[in-house]
Amino acid sequence: MTLQFNDETFRDDYSYHNSPDAIRRFPFPFDKDDYMYAVNMEPHGSGRAGSPFENRFDVDEHYVAEMRDREITLKEDPLRCQSLPHMELAGWDLLELIMEAKSEDYPELFSLHRDGDRWHWINRPLGIDHKFTFLDPTTLPYGPMEYITRQAQGDFAVLDQRDGNLWMEAGMVTSQADWSLDFDIGMNFFEWHAPVPLAHEMGIFQRALKFLLAIQQDAPSRRLNWTMTVNPRLDTSPENYHKWGPEKRTLTPENVGEKQYLRVELQTFFRLPRSNGLAFPIRCYLISLQDLVTVPKWGRRLHRVIRDLPDELAEYKGFTVNRPLIVEYLSRFDDGKPTSPGIFPDE
Amino acid sequence: MPATKFTPSIISRPIYGGLTPHGAVPALMLASGPGGEALLDLIAADPAVLPHATVIYIPEGSDLGPRLEAQGPASYVEAASYASILPRFRKLLAEALMNTRLYLAGTEGLIGQATAEALAAGMLLEAIEAEHRGSLARRMQCVHCKGITEDVTTDPFTCSHCGLSLFVRDHYSRRYAAFQGVCVDAETPGEVPPKQEIKA
Repeated sequence: MTLQFNDETFRDDYSYHNSPDAIRRFPFPFDKDDYMYAVNMEPHGSGRAGSPFENRFDVDEHYVAEMRDREITLKEDPLRCQSLPHMELAGWDLLELIMEAKSEDYPELFSLHRDGDRWHWINRPLGIDHKFTFLDPTTLPYGPMEYITRQAQGDFAVLDQRDGNLWMEAGMVTSQADWSLDFDIGMNFFEWHAPVPLAHEMGIFQRALKFLLAIQQDAPSRRLNWTMTVNPRLDTSPENYHKWGPEKRTLTPENVGEKQYLRVELQTFFRLPRSNGLAFPIRCYLISLQDLVTVPKWGRRLHRVIRDLPDELAEYKGFTVNRPLIVEYLSRFDDGKPTSPGIFPDE
Repeated sequence: MPATKFTPSIISRPIYGGLTPHGAVPALMLASGPGGEALLDLIAADPAVLPHATVIYIPEGSDLGPRLEAQGPASYVEAASYASILPRFRKLLAEALMNTRLYLAGTEGLIGQATAEALAAGMLLEAIEAEHRGSLARRMQCVHCKGITEDVTTDPFTCSHCGLSLFVRDHYSRRYAAFQGVCVDAETPGEVPPKQEIKA
């Protein structure tokens, strides 16, 4: 596999784009024609070849541009990356996990040489060649979590496990769907999910927590989550809501296919060996509606899902105001034919 | 004034169980305004809490001070504000013995801030009793500029730091002892809905 990294932006002129191959492998989140919350967990790490589920950490054509965007966001707001003092060991766990996985899964892009605690890390796409001492933070330019997550796509929450609960006590969060790490840091699983409607009453979080507490080493899990975003913007943070909010009102029948994006989160869960913490990467994938409907099954299905979604969910996901435009656009790609089960395109 | 009742709608919002006496163990008592009545009720329920109690009272216009002092705690101090007493409160927490109980009574802002201090000092949540008395005002953090606005009684309200109009999101951080305020007219600048009084 030869990856070509896109030269693109996730702000200002929004030059982000998906190649035909990236469209084809997009992690479409709906396995049937309707949607409701579920604890939709499945084993992670050896999914269909070529899909974002093939490797533990998917590296795709957006890698370099996403890391550039993260750097901009962090420069403007360093509070997007925080780690409470007791979480440093979990940060080293995460660094080891990502370096191992990437060097094994993408040897042409990443290399890791280890001689005891003396490590040599090479990240070719970002031009990093660095020797450091494992577990010695003075040999890295940032804390271990920040160091490695400046080189890994997606947001990262690092959770401590104690008292039968999970506590969000470290994270790198620059591509979030409207939640604040700075506000949520230190909260337990139920507290940080407090603003989510319906799911508490459905017992979703109780079941999800039980599952997550039992995750074992080398047996990661994943689930998909989704929302809608106007323009391919990674930083849809509450911190900057007053800056990107007006863009939500710029949709017209003429530009909806081009400007409205389906935003999918590939959420994965890894047990960390030394700290017994849980790494919770949240990887964001964006696809414009006009690209999505080039896969006929997805066009039909997304139309039905968005049309029939309960109002509370559309409200929570923040696209109530644009829903009529989206449904009208998608309806043009729904001929009423049945769709095949599962998320992948028909061959 | 009776203990304040809450709607149970907000999952991240702490529930204040009220003050239950734990007998003759070292105690720190911190109350503001009508919260003084909660301390008087506590002492009446079990006078054994008194001989080992350090009482800090912030009157906020209330006249309960002399009655609290007359109960005869181990020590009594009246403070002009929470901010003014904070250095002393921190010292008391740092020097507190292993089995010390913390009794808090007053506004949600006072309870939240004092709880965060106590947790940071290593006290266990189980050792903290709290009772909400008095104003329903909320302590709000602006998610945009991170500034705290005290005593917010309307939704929406104006951030006292950056001036944005914020709505009150049903999300509470123990670390900040504050609810989250989010720009109400982010998508349609200038279209701010009329203010409503916060009732719960």
